[in-house]
Amino acid sequence: MTSDPHIKARRENIFVAIGVVFVVACLPLFVTDVYVQNVLVLTLMYAALSQSWNILSGFCGQISLGHALYFGTGAYVTELLFTKFGVAPWFGMPAGGLVAAVIAAAVGYPCFRLKGHYFVIATIVIAEAGYLLMLNWDYAGAAQGIDIPVRADSWAKFQFLRSKLPYFYFALGFAFVAWLVTYMIEESRWSYWWRAAKDNADAAESLGVDVFRSKMAAAALSAFLTAVGGGFYAQFVSYIDPESVMGFQFSLLMALPAVLGGLGTLWGPAVGAGILIPLTELTRSFAGGSGKGLDLIIYGLLVMGIALGRPEGIVGAVTKRARKGRP
Amino acid sequence: MTAQAVAQSLVSGLLMGLIYALVAAGLALVFGLMNVVNFAHGEFLMTAMYAAFGLFVAVSLDPLLAAPFVAAAMFIFGSVVYLGVVRFAMSASANAGMVQIFATFGLGVVMRGLAQLLFTPNYRSIPHSWLGGRTMQIAGVYLPAPQLAGACVSLATFGALWLIINRTDFGRALEATREDSGAVALVGIDRKRIFALGWGLGAALVGLAGAVLAIFFYIYPDVGASFSLIAYVTVALGGFGSVFGAFAAGILVGLVEAGSALVLPASLKYVGVYALYLLVVLVRPRGLFGSL
Repeated sequence: MTSDPHIKARRENIFVAIGVVFVVACLPLFVTDVYVQNVLVLTLMYAALSQSWNILSGFCGQISLGHALYFGTGAYVTELLFTKFGVAPWFGMPAGGLVAAVIAAAVGYPCFRLKGHYFVIATIVIAEAGYLLMLNWDYAGAAQGIDIPVRADSWAKFQFLRSKLPYFYFALGFAFVAWLVTYMIEESRWSYWWRAAKDNADAAESLGVDVFRSKMAAAALSAFLTAVGGGFYAQFVSYIDPESVMGFQFSLLMALPAVLGGLGTLWGPAVGAGILIPLTELTRSFAGGSGKGLDLIIYGLLVMGIALGRPEGIVGAVTKRARKGRP
Repeated sequence: MTAQAVAQSLVSGLLMGLIYALVAAGLALVFGLMNVVNFAHGEFLMTAMYAAFGLFVAVSLDPLLAAPFVAAAMFIFGSVVYLGVVRFAMSASANAGMVQIFATFGLGVVMRGLAQLLFTPNYRSIPHSWLGGRTMQIAGVYLPAPQLAGACVSLATFGALWLIINRTDFGRALEATREDSGAVALVGIDRKRIFALGWGLGAALVGLAGAVLAIFFYIYPDVGASFSLIAYVTVALGGFGSVFGAFAAGILVGLVEAGSALVLPASLKYVGVYALYLLVVLVRPRGLFGSL
């Protein structure tokens, strides 16, 4: 066996991940309250979404504030196939992922030459144009959206009336898969290419890194996973409209856990989602009902405090301390 | 489509474009000065609109007369935001870009929450202002008085801005800081002070825009969202770092929006504006007048 500290750290990571999945999988034994289960599902979903966002924006350094486009694509493809053609969501979700990956490649092809804020604003306006088009597309329900008929519990149709648990375990699996994808990427040559492209694209190019193709791959992978999340969300809430799956807020909500947890780190999105989503939901349920905007004030202060207090993210801060402590 | 309709939409687009330019001016100034995008820009506008509304309700001051007072109040507010929030975001040790985005975004959310708390989510409007609802007619083309006033305020403001930047010591310090914020310290310019004044001036500009918009637009906590994306697009289209690029881009945005409304369903008119942005930056990745 090897004693290479790097390989040891990799092995530790995978053991920790399996341990975390096991512990989370046992949670429903103790948590029977439907509201709390709901929060758990959302937390896991955002962990997965933020992990997907992190692939393009954290590892590859292409900050996207338009991921709502891919989320909405996943939701709409899944539900259009389901409600109009009777295709089960099990096929709809990967189909949505593929459509989103194609869109991401089509967006990336012209836009990856843009730098900094020009790129960020391009991602915002493309997502916003998609949102406006969905608002006007009658076949897809336009502004009314799509109501997904739920008649009985069914694994084949992936819909459940009473229990949240099937959604919970799907979300857990989804979060683990997104983590695993990132874990495998970290060690692949892609990750080295992305890091090189992020730090100095011209230098990387001159050393033979195909910067453009590696960005395209990051975009397609990130969009695919995000869209699967969109399809899942649509099944989970069984109603979608452009505002609820394609609004600009979604793009920020997906980015926030990764930024809070640690941009471009393996554990950042999961840690960030684990803290941020329960806090958001608690604030909303305790202060949101008043209609007085208290939930917004608390949430906004939270975001500001996190951004200013922990600029390198929680994971970044922890590893920095650990590195300092070492001889 | 008659020539009349085209002329009408050309004129409406021009007026609205000048107002967009005014809304974007502060954002462009602050970005040019210190490379920070204020993601609470829409909420700054919303605050200014409520300030104009408040002055009307409290002392029945017409929004047009209130504009200078709103601008002065926003000047102070902008400086305070710089000193209290942005200063710290800029000195972040890592991910400065994301920290700035989320610090200002969080601030915007707080401002929206405060607006809801203080004024409820209801839509407000200023009834019976001098210009509200009045129109002029020239050669068959209707000119709504509030938009006309907004366009004039915009022209006057950009004129004043040109004088400030080119003819005053403060303006020269602003330009010098923009070009090399490290080197200005050597000639005795206090960078932090210039940044604080820059934020104040940026907020004052959006204050003028808010006072003008309050004449003819509904006032509600989320009103900023309808303008902020257009403002970002305007600034980027003009080219980051160029205040007068934003002026030209604002007019272009207004014209394209009006033109799109002629050929597309009204709810899709912004798609034309977004397409314009993409077309321009794909051909010219630094915007119309931006410097690299």
